[in-house]
Amino acid sequence: MQTLILIFVVLGLATIGYMSGRGRAILVSGGAPKTLHSLPSYYGTYSAFWIAIPALLVLTIWLFIEPKLIQAWVMGGLPDSLTGDLAADRLGLLLNDIRNLASGNIVSRDVDPALQAAADRLITLQAAGFWLMVALVVLVGIGGFLLARSRITPDLRARNSVERTVNIILIISSLIAILTTVGIVFSLIFESFRFFVQVPFYEFLFGLNWSPQTALRADQVGSSGAFGAVPLFMGTLLITLIAMAVAAPIGLMSAVYMAEYADPRFRAIAKPLLEVLAGIPTVVYGFFAALTVAPFFRNTGEAIGLDVASESALAAGVVMGIMIIPFVSSLSDDVINAVPQSLRDGSYGLGATKSETIRSVVVPAALPGIVGALLLATSRAIGETMIVVMAAGLAANLTLNPLEAVTTVTVQIVTLLVGDQEFDSAKTLSAFALGLVLFIVTLALNVIALSVVRKYREKYD
Amino acid sequence: MNDGTQAVEQALSESSTPKPATETKHVKILNRDVNVFYGEKHALKHVDLDIYEHEVTALIGPSGCGKSTFLRCLNRMNDVIDSCRVAGTIEIDQTDIYTSGLDVVQLRARVGMVFQKPNPFPKSIFDNVAYGPRIHGTAQNKSEVEEIVRTSLERAGLWKEVHDRLDQPGTGLSGGQQQRLCIARAIAVNPEVILMDEPCSALDPIATAKIEELIDELRENYTIVIVTHSMQQAARVSQRTAFFHLGDLVEVDQTDSMFTNPKDSRTQGYITGRFG
Amino acid sequence: MTDTTQHTPPGGRPRSSADAIKRPVLSGPHLARRYRTERIFKGLGLGAIMVAALILFILVGSIVSKGYSAFWQSYVHIDITFEREDFTDETGTITEESLARADYFTLIRGTLDELFPEAASDRQLRRKLYGIISPNADLALRHQVEADPEAYIGKTVPVWIKLSDDIDSVVKGYIDRNQPEDRRRVGNVELSWYDSFHKEGQIESFFNVDLFTHGDSREPEEAGILGALVGSILTLAVTLALSFPVGVMAAVYLEEFAPKNRWTDLIEVNINNLAAVPSIVFGLLGLAMFLNFFGLPRSAPLVGGMVLALITLPTIIIAARSALKAVPPSIREAALGIGASPLQTVTHHVLPLAMPGIMTGTIIGMAQALGETAPLLMIGMVAFIVDIPQGFTDPATVLPVQVYIWADSPERAFTERTSAAIMVLLGVLMLMNALAVILRKRFERRW
Repeated sequence: MQTLILIFVVLGLATIGYMSGRGRAILVSGGAPKTLHSLPSYYGTYSAFWIAIPALLVLTIWLFIEPKLIQAWVMGGLPDSLTGDLAADRLGLLLNDIRNLASGNIVSRDVDPALQAAADRLITLQAAGFWLMVALVVLVGIGGFLLARSRITPDLRARNSVERTVNIILIISSLIAILTTVGIVFSLIFESFRFFVQVPFYEFLFGLNWSPQTALRADQVGSSGAFGAVPLFMGTLLITLIAMAVAAPIGLMSAVYMAEYADPRFRAIAKPLLEVLAGIPTVVYGFFAALTVAPFFRNTGEAIGLDVASESALAAGVVMGIMIIPFVSSLSDDVINAVPQSLRDGSYGLGATKSETIRSVVVPAALPGIVGALLLATSRAIGETMIVVMAAGLAANLTLNPLEAVTTVTVQIVTLLVGDQEFDSAKTLSAFALGLVLFIVTLALNVIALSVVRKYREKYD
Repeated sequence: MNDGTQAVEQALSESSTPKPATETKHVKILNRDVNVFYGEKHALKHVDLDIYEHEVTALIGPSGCGKSTFLRCLNRMNDVIDSCRVAGTIEIDQTDIYTSGLDVVQLRARVGMVFQKPNPFPKSIFDNVAYGPRIHGTAQNKSEVEEIVRTSLERAGLWKEVHDRLDQPGTGLSGGQQQRLCIARAIAVNPEVILMDEPCSALDPIATAKIEELIDELRENYTIVIVTHSMQQAARVSQRTAFFHLGDLVEVDQTDSMFTNPKDSRTQGYITGRFG
Repeated sequence: MTDTTQHTPPGGRPRSSADAIKRPVLSGPHLARRYRTERIFKGLGLGAIMVAALILFILVGSIVSKGYSAFWQSYVHIDITFEREDFTDETGTITEESLARADYFTLIRGTLDELFPEAASDRQLRRKLYGIISPNADLALRHQVEADPEAYIGKTVPVWIKLSDDIDSVVKGYIDRNQPEDRRRVGNVELSWYDSFHKEGQIESFFNVDLFTHGDSREPEEAGILGALVGSILTLAVTLALSFPVGVMAAVYLEEFAPKNRWTDLIEVNINNLAAVPSIVFGLLGLAMFLNFFGLPRSAPLVGGMVLALITLPTIIIAARSALKAVPPSIREAALGIGASPLQTVTHHVLPLAMPGIMTGTIIGMAQALGETAPLLMIGMVAFIVDIPQGFTDPATVLPVQVYIWADSPERAFTERTSAAIMVLLGVLMLMNALAVILRKRFERRW
């Protein structure tokens, strides 16, 4: 919150700088703004940039470095009796206690004077650090302001500088998308690499047994943990197949009806209806699956003498399919509408009925686009999390029976990472390896689908 | 006199076909007081036009005059457009094609159509031609389908060019070949009437010449109505010509008398190139 | 062929009409079959849409039918005697402090003991008796007394005491009395107490204000969505503050300034693919980068907002680009033609014209972010948090995550509250989408 106020202070300074820079420019022009190279407002923006950009940069860097520095100082100041020869994770716990002590929370160990002293030190350092940051940021801001002020002369090409700066800011903004991808790839690969140091690559990809519970102590039962992800892949595949079996026919048929049969009034009702289905958060579908659909399937199964698990793949898959219907139908609708009318006319002109035209001309012509849409929908289903977290099981059964409970890649990622974790156990790291697989598979599907769709569009443009 | 008119006269003099006298001819399509509306727009006004069997009737006129609209009335292709409304009487062989009981699918099998831009289906050449016979169930078995495909392609003058690659996509042919494929596709259904909506406007002169020659041959078995932008083409291929202007049917007559001796000043203005 | 007139095509060989003409027979069973297929196919299409509509109806219906009752909470009306000495300090005066320290819990329990003396002797029965009212009822009573001590102290006043979730379920008719006792949540003795209250007309239901003014709680009747709502607002504020400016600037660069080369192609492909990356992968990114690498706090709206900003960024960029694309080039040419710089052209003319489209896209992106759950689980926003978050770094949760947490609780009363939270969430989403539609309709411009 305090940092937020500081940011506003910097922006306030920049506003003052804008007005001052503008006034300064008019002043140096001797009251004749026409002799200036640029409009006076550009000189204002020029000084505002000189204030805000360096100050905010300093602020950002400070915010990243300060906690690490303070941490080092606090830990360095601890007597050896406390730190001793503790391992890194124990040091982390100690640091946590000091933090809790400083903020007045409950502490998990006896408070001895050394610990209290460290906590006091932390409080002092944090307070000092904050005011130092405020001073530094404001100083940098004022420094930038003075520099800009001294540079303002009638010859200063303020507009060009401002536009160059804006251009750089724009480029940086558009690079954030790239940086996000790089960040995803980097963090997934980095953590997965740490995982594959502990668990062999082939065991993960081809192992048939998944039970990621690693023991805390070496003498515990089942200490090894098994990381064969095949049951997860199969579970994901099974649920995705069920989802697509629901979504593909319903989505496609509704798209066909909307594009070819429906009159505008019907479309005006039906299209928003499908959009509503698309706008419902997945957690709501998950709740629906777990509380309405799964019991329904189980009871129906009981009634006809089938043994349906209460967390059956069928329930999760069907609800996921429902979620994907609007996705399939709106993509296919676009694709079908892109088929040129002349092809339909050609078919009608030969005396074909509407359904004959759709089945033998429109759909074959739109096929690449439809395939692309289905691939995108599949990728959506594979990556969908909340429905399966709430409605699918946790046990990694290797089965293709839709009435049994299976687990999926995303369920395991959530289960492994929610709650307390240590960041060097194979159990936690395996989530990142699963994430990497998920990312690669969905990315491949997307790239293929998008290029198929793009080629298709080019054909009829 | 400008170049256009000279070309028309030249085309007329080249066409040495003896024109049969119209009085002995059978009226294939009878149009009385045909009106077309697009929403509020009155696109076609009170058209009375007889189309005779085994003749090529050309519809000419400046852009937006209603000639394509009229053409699309004859096999009810306008049904596809929501805002379009057709009033008046259109009879084919004394049957009103706009009566409520009439089946458009049957109608369109009798009245085929070839479009402005070649629009082969994204299928093989064979399947393009076989499409009509298949949906209408004309052919009982595979060999019959093959027979129809072959004769249709032969009649469209395309057989020699494509007989060794029938399984390749129809979209891979050249523009002129595509249009002849579309004609083959239309005659594979064996319609009684073939409507052609500026069939050569997207083609080069050589391909155009081939299609025109084909149209003249097809006249023997089919009644043909062709919309064209080119007066030379109308003069070359048609026996009768109807001139449309701003939704009105201005004049209809034997093609040679229309071009040599137009009765209406608007027709004269158009064929001498003063507008359009 | 009725007409047998033969024509000789120019230069062609004469043909007999017989060899050519074989018209299709267009009637009878074949045509009927074709029309039947047509009807079936059309019916299938209509059926597909109807199925989708039916599912939507069932989905919304099941949630509303499960959740509407959560907006009511039952109270019991009992007379409580407020003895003056219970509220005084050592000197016998009533101060704010003495009011706060008074034992309201015993006060309520004592009243219950008096009402049902038969339970007072048995410890187990007494526990059951106290169980029929909400464990936090004393807190509510304290607030009531503190607000107006004069009205209570030294008097016997009828007071509304909140019932526990189990008795609330009885009031709402969710408990089937015909079931054997060991299979229902409320025992026979509790039911008899409830019946005696009910007979006297002492039980009534009021609008459940606490649902909107409380944070999470282990007690269903105390649990509210305010904490999650505030958490959602804080998180979305961060998301909007980051993704809107960055998204618009990126779109402006790509659409207006970027040279068309392999780099910008790469950025474009990258953005399209990013839009289809599963959101949980963004959660992994947030966990590995923001929490572990940069050491930002867990469970904080700040980090949640940053992760959601990355997720919505592609949506906003794509929407903003198409809005910019829709501004006709003639506007740009006009501005450039009178000597405006490219930047001036964009900021003065193009961007204002594209703004409604950009806003629509942004609202849709925000709606998407509001419903997002999985990535927030990764960064610890799934904790049980009672306090209403006060700032961007306080531990917090958001509405969909609250739904997820409650959905996991076995109590019927939490199911009901989950559905109610979903109704609130869907309501907010509906409002946002309606806003987007209105914006689009109002400022839609045909060039």
